[in-house]
Amino acid sequence: MVDPIKVYPAKPSKVYFYGTCLVDMFYPDAGMAGIQLLEREGIEVIYPEDQTCCGQPAYTSGYHDEARAVARAQLGLFPEDWPIVVPSGSCGGMMRKHYPALFKDTADDVKAAEIAGRIWELTDFLVNVCHIKLEDLGEPTTVAMHTSCSARREMGVAEVGPKLLGQLKNVNLVEQVRAEECCGFGGTFAVRHPEISGAMVSEKVDTLVNTGAREFVTTDCGCLMNIAGYAEKNQKPVTGQHILSFLWERTNGDGGKHS
Amino acid sequence: MSETTHHSAHHIDVKEFHPRARAAIHNPQIRQNFRKAMDGLMTKRKSAFEGWDLETLRDLGANIRMRALANLPDLLEQLEQKLTENGVTVHWAADGDEACEIVRDICLARDAKSVIKGKSMVSEEMELNHYLEDQGIEALESDLGEYIVQLAEETPSHIIMPAIHKNTTEISQLLHDKTGTDLSNDVEYLTANARLQLREKFRNADVGISGVNFAVAETGTLCLVENEGNGRMTTTVPPCHIAVTGIEKVVPKLEDVTALLALLTRSATGQHITTYFNMISGPRKADELDGPEEVHLVLVDNGRSTIYQDDELLDTLRCIRCGACMNHCPVYTRVGGHAYGTTYPGPIGKILMPHMVGLDEGRHLPTASSLCGACGEVCPVKIPIPDLLVRLRQEAVDGDKLHPAKVRGHGAKRGTVEAMIWKGWSWMHARPGLYRLGTALGARFRKLQPGKLGGWTQYRTAPKLAAKTLHERMKERSQ
Amino acid sequence: MSSRDAILQRLRHRTGGELTAPECDFSVLNRPDWSTAEKLDMFERTIESVHGEVHRTTESGWIDRLAEILQTRGAQTLLIAKEHEIGKALKNATENREDLPQLLVYDEAIDSWQETLFNDVDAGITSTRGGIAETGSLILWPSVDEPRLMSLVPPIHIAVLKASELYTTFHDAMQSQNWAAGMPTNALLVSGPSKTADIEQTLAYGVHGPKELIVLVIE
Repeated sequence: MVDPIKVYPAKPSKVYFYGTCLVDMFYPDAGMAGIQLLEREGIEVIYPEDQTCCGQPAYTSGYHDEARAVARAQLGLFPEDWPIVVPSGSCGGMMRKHYPALFKDTADDVKAAEIAGRIWELTDFLVNVCHIKLEDLGEPTTVAMHTSCSARREMGVAEVGPKLLGQLKNVNLVEQVRAEECCGFGGTFAVRHPEISGAMVSEKVDTLVNTGAREFVTTDCGCLMNIAGYAEKNQKPVTGQHILSFLWERTNGDGGKHS
Repeated sequence: MSETTHHSAHHIDVKEFHPRARAAIHNPQIRQNFRKAMDGLMTKRKSAFEGWDLETLRDLGANIRMRALANLPDLLEQLEQKLTENGVTVHWAADGDEACEIVRDICLARDAKSVIKGKSMVSEEMELNHYLEDQGIEALESDLGEYIVQLAEETPSHIIMPAIHKNTTEISQLLHDKTGTDLSNDVEYLTANARLQLREKFRNADVGISGVNFAVAETGTLCLVENEGNGRMTTTVPPCHIAVTGIEKVVPKLEDVTALLALLTRSATGQHITTYFNMISGPRKADELDGPEEVHLVLVDNGRSTIYQDDELLDTLRCIRCGACMNHCPVYTRVGGHAYGTTYPGPIGKILMPHMVGLDEGRHLPTASSLCGACGEVCPVKIPIPDLLVRLRQEAVDGDKLHPAKVRGHGAKRGTVEAMIWKGWSWMHARPGLYRLGTALGARFRKLQPGKLGGWTQYRTAPKLAAKTLHERMKERSQ
Repeated sequence: MSSRDAILQRLRHRTGGELTAPECDFSVLNRPDWSTAEKLDMFERTIESVHGEVHRTTESGWIDRLAEILQTRGAQTLLIAKEHEIGKALKNATENREDLPQLLVYDEAIDSWQETLFNDVDAGITSTRGGIAETGSLILWPSVDEPRLMSLVPPIHIAVLKASELYTTFHDAMQSQNWAAGMPTNALLVSGPSKTADIEQTLAYGVHGPKELIVLVIE
């Protein structure tokens, strides 16, 4: 599952930005925040216009021909050897961990494996490739963090988010009990098994509320949509944000406006 | 009715997963019992591995099991030969029914009327108790948890802790109703009473039936891991001992059990070792004063040799039945073991049972997972459970162009509405221009977005489409 | 075709082809070379953590200690082996002392006296083939002289362990004693008294086997 040894590249001059379909449609602010954080680190961000979706929803549902067709449409987007950064552990995990298997025994196997080797989860990239230093310009606040299961277990980046938040002097990071437990999103799982998913997210929200924090951040839009959506519908006193939006807002100095 | 032709009338309909899961989720007592137990087990496991190089140990566990599977037919023959030399009779059963018949025949030959049982999940697979009862042979469970479950006329809800779904008060009431003990929340009192009742049964049983944790080929040794001593009683006191096990349980070397034992007990219950590690290599010898006169081993296939054919599915057979995957499973914790309606619940059940009941029957099993990966992370023999769940989902939709499906009952989802939806989804997402047009239109008309989205909005608000997609914003930015 | 042959044939003709067996490196189980004193400390700590009781004593003092232990518990009968030096020493000792319980010798097949063993024996004493420091385990190889049930049926099991026969790990013990060369009909690791947590994860001792495990360590 997790790579035994992760070899980070030297900080590049350019990266490809793979935005993911959820960010594209529902959380473009998080995407913009990620792009601006990278640019502030002096990296030129290339956004391939023809990107759509990594194919994960169909892949995990078992529709591999359908997933492969969509994934194949992404393989041509990254012709140069620049790193590909993804603001999601889940889509990053799909491309890094599952593309090689998905394209095994096809004409695209070499290309898929090559691309998989260049995929980086964005917060991991900021910490371990850019060695980012953040200056907190925000008001004192307390936050909790939910690291997605794929960020934690597939991409092995559970320590990265707390490291970034730890750089923000006015941010008090609190940890909920059972922090490593799934929020219940799981893609189509949430609609296929609504009661189970509902039971999982209700407990996740309770543990977040019990920390005393009134906001939480997360690495993945699926979890965000699930946890924040539950809190909103059930009037629980906690709101959520993608960690990239949170980081950009607190360090940008213009109150979080995006260019 | 199920399609299987099993002897038992006690078959639970695996397809009815949802109603059972829903009932468990809305039962606060069940929820609390499982949450409490699983929290405790996770904490204990963690502390039991402190100071260990756990990754390397798990690698060793995986390699030991893979080495065993790589030589499985040879090892089974070696095991048979060694056991035979040691005076143990070895039997082979193609499925649960045949295994039941073998046990029955051994009992009949001895004119046995009562059987005492140690814990054995394979015997649950066989539904042996019901079978023997139908044959007029009393079969009594002696593991305290199994005993409780049997008194309640239920099945185990966990492979290691069968009665974990019940709290003390419920068990006290059950024991009171069925065995006449006083109502009491004093666990020592309840345990002492069970001891009394079962001691008589051990003494008078004609046959003892147990499972096997590891079967060692080089010495012909059957290893049993347990805390209570009922396993030792079962395999020592009655004049005849029958061990039943899956064909995958064999390992080549005695040495192998040291690492597997270290992994098993720590992963299962967070113990550095169980009270008893019982190694049986033969019946009572002529000059020995106790132990069974006869020992039998029943090697049960029941679908395992089919799983064995496929390089990926093969990993399922590495399992050493520790239950760590269920202890760490957020779904199992919410729905409990009975919701699955299968012998093995939780993640291991989801990847094993479809082979036994067929994917058509068990189609909900592989989907009932958020693929969070907690099971794979704790598995002591590194079974890639999430990958196998995805593989079974793929089998359920009849494989793909590269991988024709092969699991029993595959393709149940072929031609469904769901399959059509994914075709459409794929068609659009493989065409970037169309995707951009569609998503941009979605953003433009987001006010028309439906507020209700099936199961999703039962618990959450609908996700809100942004006014402009990231594609549009990046396009504007570049102009 | 018999089920045996059908199963073996399916396994031998895998559609996926031949499998390669990986190497198994057991070095992760290695522990540093502990001294006897260190091993004993470790053994004591580990077995006591699971409710085993350890008494350090000597070749000349163990019978006194045993008498004391059994008296505190009001044990009336003690099951001993016929041939083993432990049994013999106890038999000799009872000739000139009153503080030991009545000795019963396990010298006939269980079938004739099963009821007595189950109902009328308070304690059983056995030797051990050594102990394991890491897991706090006793190695028992029941024999003609020390049958299997001695350490299982009586409510108190007393085991005599020589400190010099402590091994660091299970792997170490098994390799040093070359178990693979031949196993007895029954061999055991015993680590504490019988226990269960099957009722709401609450520990209770003595569910089917002994309620107490007492280890006399001869230093």
